Amino acid sequence: MIIAEMLSYPFLARAMLVGLLVSLCAALLGTSLVLKRFSMIGDGLSHVGFGSLAIATALGYAPLAVTIPVVVLAAVLLLRISQSSRIRGDAAIALISSGALAIGVLVVSLTSGMNMNVSNYMFGSILTVSRADAALSVALCAAVLALFTLFYPRIFAVTFDEDFARATGTRAQLYNTLLAVLTAVTVVLGMRMMGALLISSLLIFPPLSAMRVFRSFRSVTLCSAALSVGCFILGMVCSYAFETPSGASVVAANIAAFGVFALLGKLLGR
Amino acid sequence: MALMICRDLSFAYGGETVLRGVSFSVEPGDYLCIVGENGSGKSTLIKGLLGLKEPAGGTIELSGGLERREIGYLPQQTALQRDFPASVFEVVLSGRLNGLGRRCFYSREDRREAERNLERMGMLELKKRCYQELSGGQQQRVLLARALCATGKLLLLDEPVAGLDPVATGEMYNLLKLINLCDGVAVVMVSHDVEAALRYATHILHLGHEQLFFGGVADYRRSDALRRLRGGC
Repeated sequence: MIIAEMLSYPFLARAMLVGLLVSLCAALLGTSLVLKRFSMIGDGLSHVGFGSLAIATALGYAPLAVTIPVVVLAAVLLLRISQSSRIRGDAAIALISSGALAIGVLVVSLTSGMNMNVSNYMFGSILTVSRADAALSVALCAAVLALFTLFYPRIFAVTFDEDFARATGTRAQLYNTLLAVLTAVTVVLGMRMMGALLISSLLIFPPLSAMRVFRSFRSVTLCSAALSVGCFILGMVCSYAFETPSGASVVAANIAAFGVFALLGKLLGR
Repeated sequence: MALMICRDLSFAYGGETVLRGVSFSVEPGDYLCIVGENGSGKSTLIKGLLGLKEPAGGTIELSGGLERREIGYLPQQTALQRDFPASVFEVVLSGRLNGLGRRCFYSREDRREAERNLERMGMLELKKRCYQELSGGQQQRVLLARALCATGKLLLLDEPVAGLDPVATGEMYNLLKLINLCDGVAVVMVSHDVEAALRYATHILHLGHEQLFFGGVADYRRSDALRRLRGGC
């Protein structure tokens, strides 16, 4: 009934919808990212998102229209960098993410001053979820679900062994780019609600927890998706009941789930 | 009719040629070992044969009804795969990827073929096991089953016994020879182990930034290239 009560507020119902869909997408995409050792990309993207969001707001543009293209571009760039052997991928991601964060903070402080806005960007606020966000999340979720069901064998092959997949004629780069682009959109959509500093945990926690217990790609993917949705609902309910920040509450629920799964994994001898 | 004919192949990284003048052919039923010291361009050549790296010069011609995506590839294992959550069956089944075409999912026949290849490797009872819990030798046999799912004609192997203990190494070599002799699958293998190459292979390709030798094993035993390689060890 507490959930029914929450859903009676239109803004909260919208936030729940967007959050659920984003959590589901993040968990699915995150499974592949974590296994490919691209976990840091999510973190880098959220900081780039923060920077471009700050600039968009300062210039008075619609936030999504500016942020999504910028972050998608950054995703493709980060993917290229982390695959090239010339530049150290992890260092490049750290540079880009802290650089974007710094620019974002500068822009915000020059325009509106360091106020509530910055805190909202960093740690999220459910009040910022708009109708456009809701529509876009439905579209994103449909795209991610379609990708994972229709191309499941190819996603597995590209995640497990890219060289083998390429040698047998799979366009691995296409799937990598698709993953990066969808991750970028997920990050932007989830960012304002979860916060720029917290959104990457949605990508990383559920798959890592699932991997403590499950041992096949299919079960890890399914468990990670279910876990992410469950943790989101739990986090939101706690946030509503105890008046805690929503983003942090969801992350806390994920931490708890990780603990439970790690313990379960130990007990099962894994 | 040859499966693969390479003429005057060369490869370069960032404008610097690392391998040049490679010409050889692979016939059905051949067992070709590619030997040479570290950094002599062996893995680069394998990547080139698979189409993962563009040659800087020369041609690779596939014939005898062989398509490039029908080459069964067994890559060097990466650290990433050792802790990857995947069941043995999932890994082997992914070898059928090249036959998927426009389909989205594996058919019953794909699954049967994957099971058949697991059985050939004596691994069928481990089908549901997790790949990361297997021993090194078992993991290599799973990857070999996957490669066999992708091909009936040509296997390309990059150091298939690296990191295996002597018993597992012997088993792997015997399995490969069996597949080569009984099923007539041509084997092209990069190897550090010259003595094993001499024992099992029919042909040797010796690289050292260029082609130092290509021919039958009997000729290789008498060659200067072998003498130098052994002297250098």
